Amino acid sequence: MDPADISDVTGSTYTYLVNGHGPETNWTALFRPGERVRLRLINAAAMTNFNVRIPGLKLSVVQADGLAVRPVTVDELQIAVAETYDLIVEPEDRAYTFVGEAVDRSGMARATLAPRPGLVAPVPPLRRRPLVSHRDMGMDHGPAPVQGGMDHGAMDHGAMNHGATAQGGHAGMAHGGQAMAGMAPGGSMKMRDPANAPQVPLNPGVQMIAPMPADRTDEPGQGLADVGHKVLVYRDLMARDRNPDVRAPAREMEIHLTANMERYMWSFDGVKLNAVTAPIPFRENERVRVTLVNDTMMAHPIHLHGHFFELVTGHGEYAPRKHTVNVLPGGKVTFDVTMDARGDWAFHCHMLYHMHAGMMQVVSVRPDEDGERA
Amino acid sequence: MAAAIFALALAAQHVHGAPAAPPAAAGSPLLRMARPADPQAQVGDEGHAGHGMPAQGHQGHSMPAQGHRGHPMPAPSAPQPAAPPAAGQAGPGAAAPPAGSGHVHQGMDHGSGGTALPAGDAPPPPPPANAYADGFFDPAAMAAARARLHSEHGGQKFLTVTFNLAEYQARAGGDGYLFDGELWYGGDINRLVVRAEGEGSFGEAAEELEFQALYSRALDAYWNWQAGIRVDAQPNGRAYAVVGVEGLAPYWFDVESALFLSERGDLFARVQASYDQRLTNRLILQPLVELNAAAQDVRRDGIGSGLSDVELGLRLRYEIRREFAPYVGISHERALGDTADFARAAGEDPSVTSFAIGLRTWF
Repeated sequence: MDPADISDVTGSTYTYLVNGHGPETNWTALFRPGERVRLRLINAAAMTNFNVRIPGLKLSVVQADGLAVRPVTVDELQIAVAETYDLIVEPEDRAYTFVGEAVDRSGMARATLAPRPGLVAPVPPLRRRPLVSHRDMGMDHGPAPVQGGMDHGAMDHGAMNHGATAQGGHAGMAHGGQAMAGMAPGGSMKMRDPANAPQVPLNPGVQMIAPMPADRTDEPGQGLADVGHKVLVYRDLMARDRNPDVRAPAREMEIHLTANMERYMWSFDGVKLNAVTAPIPFRENERVRVTLVNDTMMAHPIHLHGHFFELVTGHGEYAPRKHTVNVLPGGKVTFDVTMDARGDWAFHCHMLYHMHAGMMQVVSVRPDEDGERA
Repeated sequence: MAAAIFALALAAQHVHGAPAAPPAAAGSPLLRMARPADPQAQVGDEGHAGHGMPAQGHQGHSMPAQGHRGHPMPAPSAPQPAAPPAAGQAGPGAAAPPAGSGHVHQGMDHGSGGTALPAGDAPPPPPPANAYADGFFDPAAMAAARARLHSEHGGQKFLTVTFNLAEYQARAGGDGYLFDGELWYGGDINRLVVRAEGEGSFGEAAEELEFQALYSRALDAYWNWQAGIRVDAQPNGRAYAVVGVEGLAPYWFDVESALFLSERGDLFARVQASYDQRLTNRLILQPLVELNAAAQDVRRDGIGSGLSDVELGLRLRYEIRREFAPYVGISHERALGDTADFARAAGEDPSVTSFAIGLRTWF
C-alpha cells in the first residue's frame, strides 16, 4: 500500500474524455441564455472515478442512477464508475467549463457549455492530489472529518491508540511507507483479525480486514472534504417517490470487499469468482439488508444487476434507489433490496480490472423450495 | 420556458495517439442517453432536443450494458407510487412485492417504514441446485460458458520476464558483465519460476552461470515458498535441490532466501534483500545485499564453512517507462572467513569493487 494509491490507472496512461473528446478538442454543448439545462452524467470509464464541477454554476441533482431524487444543490459531486446523475443548471450568457477531474487528480475530462460556438471559459488547474488517510484504512476512531480532516497531515497520531501486530505491520502500516510511520508497535488494533470478518478466509488474497470500518455515506469521497464548497454526499440523496417496497428486511448479511494489493488480488469475502462454488442465494421477493464492508484501501463502485437497492441513509421510505454504490476505503455502506427478479445476476465491482481479478460473484434469486415466496 | 437536454458521458480511454478518439471505448460500461426533461424537477415540459450536440437517443429509457440485462429506468415523469421496483425486469413467474400503502409524500416526512425498520433474523436460503440459465439453454453449453466466465475473473495466468540486473561492470583486473533475470508463469497462488544469473569477465568463460527452476506457492499475503532445482552451468556443472522463501518483508524489503543441497551432499544458504527507495516517481535508488553461507568446507570450490561471502550493491535507475530503466551502480563483493583465506592462498583478491552501467527491464 502506498499513500498515493488512489487510482489503479492514472492520467499518465489515460486521456480523459467527454463524449469521446479529449481536453484539447473540447466537446462543447450550446444553450440559450436564460434557459434551464439538464445534464445527464454517466461515468462510462473503465477504472476512473471523477470529481465533477462547473465553476460558476450551482448543480441541482435531480436524479441518481436513473431514478428521481428530491433536488439537492451542490457545487461538486464525485461520480463513481457506472453511476449516473442528472443535474439541472441555469447558465448565464457566458461560457462555462465542465470539469471532470480524475479522483487522483492526475488528469481531467473537460468540456464546455456555451451560448455560442467558439466560446471557452478558463480551465482550472488540477488541484493537489489526495492521499490515503487512516480513515481509508478503516482504523479511524473519530467522527467524519468536516474540513481538512481527510488530509493525512492533519491526522493526530498521538491521540489515536493505534498499534500494530506483526500482521498489522504487513497490512499497511509498515508497508505503508512514510505516511503510515509513527505508530507504536504492539496494541489492540489488529489489521487482520478474523473476529472482524468470520466468513472471510485469511488467505493470501486478503491483506487486511478493516478493524473499524465507518459508515462514510456522509462524506463526499476521497480528497473532497476540504475543497471549500458543498460537495454531494450519499446522505443528501432522497427518493422523490416513496419506495415501492417498504417492508422490513427479513434478514441481514455482510459482504466484505477484500484485496491483496501487492498481489493484485481482488474479491468478495476473500474468494475470487474463479474459486467461488455457489452463488449468494436469495429468495424471490425477499427483502434483505446488505452491508458492504470495504477492507481494501481503494474505493469500489459495487454494482448489482437486475435490481435497484435502497441506501440505508436515514430516509426511511424515501431511501435513494441505486444500482451502483461507491464504497469508500475503510468504509461500509448498507442497503435494503427486494430481490424481485428471478434468475442469476452479476454482482461486482465496476472497476474493470478489479472485476476481472475476481471481485465479482453471482447472486441467485429463486422461489423458496416449497414454492412459496418470501 | 424551454428545456435543453444534454447528455454527457465521461469516458476514460487509453491513449492511442489520436487526441480525438472515438467515444466510449469497447470496454465502456454504460451507454449515454437522454430523455425528456422531468417536470417534477420543474425543468419545463417541452423537451427540446439539445442544441448543436451529437445526435443521441433522446427517448432511451434503458441502459443496455454489455452482455447482460440492463436496468430499465421507469420514466420518472410518470407517477410510480406503487410500481414494483424495476418493473419489467422480473423473470418469468416473478410477482410484484407488496407495495406499501399510501401515496407519494412531498414533504420531508421520511415515513417510519422501509429503511427505517430493523432487519429480521431469517435464515438465508440454501444455494440453488442449478444455474437458472440451464432451464433455457443447453446445460453443457452454459457450463462451458460459466467455466470461461470464472477463469476470466480471477483465474487468469500471466507470464512476466524481468531482468532486475543486466550490466557492464568496470573493475580492476578486467571488465566484465553480470545479469540476474527471472521469468514466472502462473496465477495468483501457483507459479513456475525460472531464474538465470550469470557473471564473468570479457574474453573468458563465465565465472558463474546459474539456473533455477522452482515451483512457487503463495504462503500468505506477502510470502511465497519455493522448491525446485538449481543447475550451475559454470563453474562446475553441479546440481542442487532448492527450498526457499521469498516475499515482501515489513517496510517493503524484497527478500529471497534459499537452502541449496548439492548432489554431493553439501549444504549452502543464500539470502538476498533489496529495497526500492523512490527519490522521485522515476528516479529510484536500489540498495541490495546478498549473503552466502556454507555448512561445511568445500575446498575444491574454495568455499569455507560459515559465512562465505557478502555482496553490497547500490544502483540508481531512471524509469523512462516502468518497464525500461537504465541505471548506474557500484557493487562490492568480499569473501569472508575461510573462504577469503582460500582465495588469498590461490593468489586471488578476496574483494572486488565494480562500477556498473546497466538496464532493468520487464515485460
